[in-house]
Amino acid sequence: MPDPRLRLVSVLVGFARTLRAAGVGADHERTQSFLAALERLDPARERDVYWAGRLTLCASPDDLPRYDRCFAAYFTGARAGPRSPRLIVTVTRFTATPSGGRGEQDPDPNVLPATASAVEVLRNRDIARMTAAERDEVHRLLALLRASREMRRSRRLAPSHGGILDPRRTVREAIRRGGEPARLYYRDRRQKPRRVVMLADVSGSMAAYADALLRFAHALVRSEPRATEVFTVGTRLTRVTGELRHRDPAVAMDAASKAIPDWSGGTRLGEELRELLKLADARGAVVVIASDGWERGDPGLLAAQMARLARMAHRVVWVNPHKGDPGYQPLTAGMRAALPYVDELVAGHSLAAFEELADRLGGLRHA
Amino acid sequence: MAERDYLADEGLATAAFLALKMGRPLFLEGEAGVGKTELAKTLSAVLDAPLIRLQCYEGLDAAQALYDWDFARQLLHLKAAEAVGAGDVRALEGEIYDRRFLIARPLLRALEVQPAVLLVDEIDRADDEFEAFLLEVLSDFTISIPELGTIAAAAPPVVVVTSNRTREVHDALKRRCLYHWLEHPGFDREVAILLRRLPACTETLAAQVARAATRLREADLVKPPGIAETLDWAEALLTLGATDLNPDLAAASLGAVLKYREDQQFVLKNGLLRDA
Repeated sequence: MPDPRLRLVSVLVGFARTLRAAGVGADHERTQSFLAALERLDPARERDVYWAGRLTLCASPDDLPRYDRCFAAYFTGARAGPRSPRLIVTVTRFTATPSGGRGEQDPDPNVLPATASAVEVLRNRDIARMTAAERDEVHRLLALLRASREMRRSRRLAPSHGGILDPRRTVREAIRRGGEPARLYYRDRRQKPRRVVMLADVSGSMAAYADALLRFAHALVRSEPRATEVFTVGTRLTRVTGELRHRDPAVAMDAASKAIPDWSGGTRLGEELRELLKLADARGAVVVIASDGWERGDPGLLAAQMARLARMAHRVVWVNPHKGDPGYQPLTAGMRAALPYVDELVAGHSLAAFEELADRLGGLRHA
Repeated sequence: MAERDYLADEGLATAAFLALKMGRPLFLEGEAGVGKTELAKTLSAVLDAPLIRLQCYEGLDAAQALYDWDFARQLLHLKAAEAVGAGDVRALEGEIYDRRFLIARPLLRALEVQPAVLLVDEIDRADDEFEAFLLEVLSDFTISIPELGTIAAAAPPVVVVTSNRTREVHDALKRRCLYHWLEHPGFDREVAILLRRLPACTETLAAQVARAATRLREADLVKPPGIAETLDWAEALLTLGATDLNPDLAAASLGAVLKYREDQQFVLKNGLLRDA
């Protein structure tokens, strides 16, 4: 005859496991807190179980709808709602060796034999017009991309040879020497990488570039995980920073593609931008918007939001894949509305363009 | 809490109850003006414990958040000891790093004062380094001072951490806490809050203001009004001698509830307050 307490615990632990499977970070420690919380409440009351779980097992507002769904499914036996259909991004695992370094005996038929000149040609080709194998090679090179970062002066002080006198250390040393300030110590403001907020358009008109854009975003997140935020935009805004934190590009891309509910819809950039300004702190950040500017919504709203963004951000970089076309004119309504507030309009159609963009984010080549 | 004019819903009441019973920090997230800071003030009043507030900002360091030595007094003490000719250097060093030369900043004060309510406000404005040492303090409620030893709280303070979610706070810190996401209050609760906080407010006016506020929140503005703004607005209307919300008065006092020019123009242009 099993102990009823033990049965209760196993039911509750089972619930935490269900949540974990649904993508809520209900780990072991949080499960312990859940049990501890219920000890102080009434486990027989549904509302008590609900709140004890919500307070201990969730960690962000994104978790709450998932939590509610799981709670209903687990404790009341209701069925979880239908999942929205999504496009699966093809994911290939790459080995991270530099291109051209493996020579003729390369056993993997998916990887093109990369000679320097072949890579050079590939580098400047439009990603939309590539074969699957060529695209894989580009993805492999994108995974190796190291994005440098523009620095800014932080408000945090660190020991230095000049700058502001550090009374704490100076006096501490003085006391050690019997009250004589024999040596003065200084502190100065530290350098910190400037934040980048990237907004990648994954709507229908950008479908050919969306995969490469996300891979570029992954390279950004990986090189400065604490100073990068990535959102995707289509019919709605999705934060994918967490998904892209994984080191392995294949895992990160898989997670991100699961998180994005609206691959290949239309874009309402103006509204999404307003949403972005609520969610992310654009103050002092370099904001990268990757879109062709095919705006389904009101261009006036987009212009107003771009104006706000320009007032808050350090720099606004717009990446338009069609900019790579020699005859390109910014004619789409969205692009025309946004252009006055964009500091730099750059191409984003080829590997070379992405590499140049990475350099620009490092503040190396911006005019 | 209702005695102190704070009307909490079921979730927040449970959260506060568990925070007190389990001795865990309460991590409150939500849009600006939903009453996060107000909760800490209320807890402090209910528990009759002083509220110790630490406002976060970038570059907040240990000397500002934990403790600092009062160097000027230490030096004075040293000079005074020299003047009277105290010989033992070792004893002198011990004297200098005495508790009386230590300046307690909010985190240390919260451990020393009992009981206390510690409010760590807007943690999303601080940087990672601060999160790291806050986590250290919150995990066992002790602060170790190299020259003095470890200071531990006999009873852990009630801790409320708030965030506006302008950036993601580290998961290790959240894991230590009870997490609660605060929403804007529903219509009935907002009316109740208005009546409770503003005794001069009539039920008609409170209902009109709350209905207008609900409509403004649905209107997808740059900054939808929080309960703090609704209260300001109702107070402004009362100051103007209003007994009900007519469009002219609403337009005149709009600055109390909407703080962006775009929002004010949008609301006036679309006549959102016309039939409130």
